[in-house]
Amino acid sequence: MKEENVIEVNQLTKTFGDFTAVNAISFEVKKGEIFGFLGANGAGKTTAMKMLIGISKPSSGTAKVAGFDVYSQTESIKRNIGYMSQKFALYDDLTVKENITFFGGIYGLSRKKIKEKREELVSELGLENISNKLVGSLPLGWKQKLSFSVSLLHEPKIVFLDEPTGGVDPITRRQFWEMIYKAANQGTTIFVTTHYMDEAEYCDKVSIMVEGKIEALDTPKKLKEQFRVDSMNDVFLKLARIPSPTLPKGNGENIDRN
Amino acid sequence: MSISLSNISKSYKKVKAVQDISFDVNPGELFGLIGPDGAGKTTIFRILTTLLIADEGRATIAGFDVVKDYKAIRNSVGYMPGRFSLYQDLTVEENLTFFATIFGTTIEENYDLIEDIYVQIEPFKNRRAGKLSGGMKQKLALSCALIHKPKVLFLDEPTTGVDPVSRKEFWEMLKRLQKKGITILVSTPYMDEAALCDRIALIQGGEILEIDTPDAIVSEFPKTIYNVGADNMYKLIQSLQQYEHVYSVFPFGEFVHYTDKRDSFEMADLQSYLEKEGLADISIETAKPNIEDAFMELAR
Repeated sequence: MKEENVIEVNQLTKTFGDFTAVNAISFEVKKGEIFGFLGANGAGKTTAMKMLIGISKPSSGTAKVAGFDVYSQTESIKRNIGYMSQKFALYDDLTVKENITFFGGIYGLSRKKIKEKREELVSELGLENISNKLVGSLPLGWKQKLSFSVSLLHEPKIVFLDEPTGGVDPITRRQFWEMIYKAANQGTTIFVTTHYMDEAEYCDKVSIMVEGKIEALDTPKKLKEQFRVDSMNDVFLKLARIPSPTLPKGNGENIDRN
Repeated sequence: MSISLSNISKSYKKVKAVQDISFDVNPGELFGLIGPDGAGKTTIFRILTTLLIADEGRATIAGFDVVKDYKAIRNSVGYMPGRFSLYQDLTVEENLTFFATIFGTTIEENYDLIEDIYVQIEPFKNRRAGKLSGGMKQKLALSCALIHKPKVLFLDEPTTGVDPVSRKEFWEMLKRLQKKGITILVSTPYMDEAALCDRIALIQGGEILEIDTPDAIVSEFPKTIYNVGADNMYKLIQSLQQYEHVYSVFPFGEFVHYTDKRDSFEMADLQSYLEKEGLADISIETAKPNIEDAFMELAR
């Protein structure tokens, strides 16, 4: 089942002026795989991700996401992927139910389907008692679990998660990963970035970007063997050394979270 | 200089942000507030830096009361808030000069304190702060918080969203500042950073769960932890959760941390149960607890 490639990237490059943010990266992600996309701040992860989700045109190279071309079929890509940003993107002033209904509508689901999904999701997350509460009043961990579920509403082939667990408490962080495992087990491909290196160990395959290039790409186990260390944290520290002060020379806005 | 809080509580309308918080930070100590978003860490920082008045309780810094003596406190503490709050439209150097001037000093006068941090951003001193990368902003914010030679430094989540390499460098900087005699109170949601503090307070939902040295907190962990591994992580977690003797199951990197309800745990029993569940490549061995295990046990 895990044979089909749902992401194929070949020599993908993005330049801003004379700065190369993403430098000829190549990789494949298979159906149902959890792919960890790691790198230091400013290494080019967000820029690469923006090209894959069809909101930034590559400078050169090729990539197919869910079978669609990142140059010419960006609308089809958007319909076939889910995306959850590190910044909470549901509406604080809508209730849990209203948010689900709203995003279901955006994704073009039928009313019947939305109702079905809404009930399924509320019961799965155990939100029955608070489904009519404003989302803004929920604790961060619940918001993140809800965001993830909403990104899966339209049953996308791939879901992109950009630092989904930043600041979340350790128990909720693990519940979140159980949700990721479950989705992957059902065949959804997971593309995830994180700064928690224990989470890197949960991935089937991991790539580490350093200054726009992919410097390592393998299973966590093989990477640890290759670098002769015990943890992904040590792999990361060995590889992603930041050379003397470097600044983003591109537009800069994609590097900071504030 | 020391920090002391006794029975501090603060609510925002109906929400209790912090409840009955008491702890002391000794002079020269590196003390960590460890907890997730919403734990109440920022509220504590704002009360200690005299920016917010507590509903109940008392807090002092070097004996000065945070309400009565706020002016004395503001002169001698440095505060780096969680949100970047320097002037985006001023350059690196202008920001630093601005903060130095406000405190009646100059960059030159205190350069030795900030040198090893500032030297890394000095090549870009004419760049506007808004155009810096996350790591650079963090270094500038720390330089600005240090420019008046504070005796106490408050750092609210300085490493959130920062990659592991930059986080490591940041903690090395903190250790050097501590050697210069500065008392440091730092908060973080990253449990692995707890081990780098002299003492820590674990905090969740506005309440302190435990205060001690990282080693003591870990050694008081009441259960034996087993590292369990198998070929299918998702199935392993599910099977362990359904095991009749299960106490807790938490994924930890490539293994699962498992604790058992019984006093006499039999590895062979669990092994055969997991085999029956259809798992392969099963490994079970005892593991050392860490701060995150302790936090999750206390937060149960």
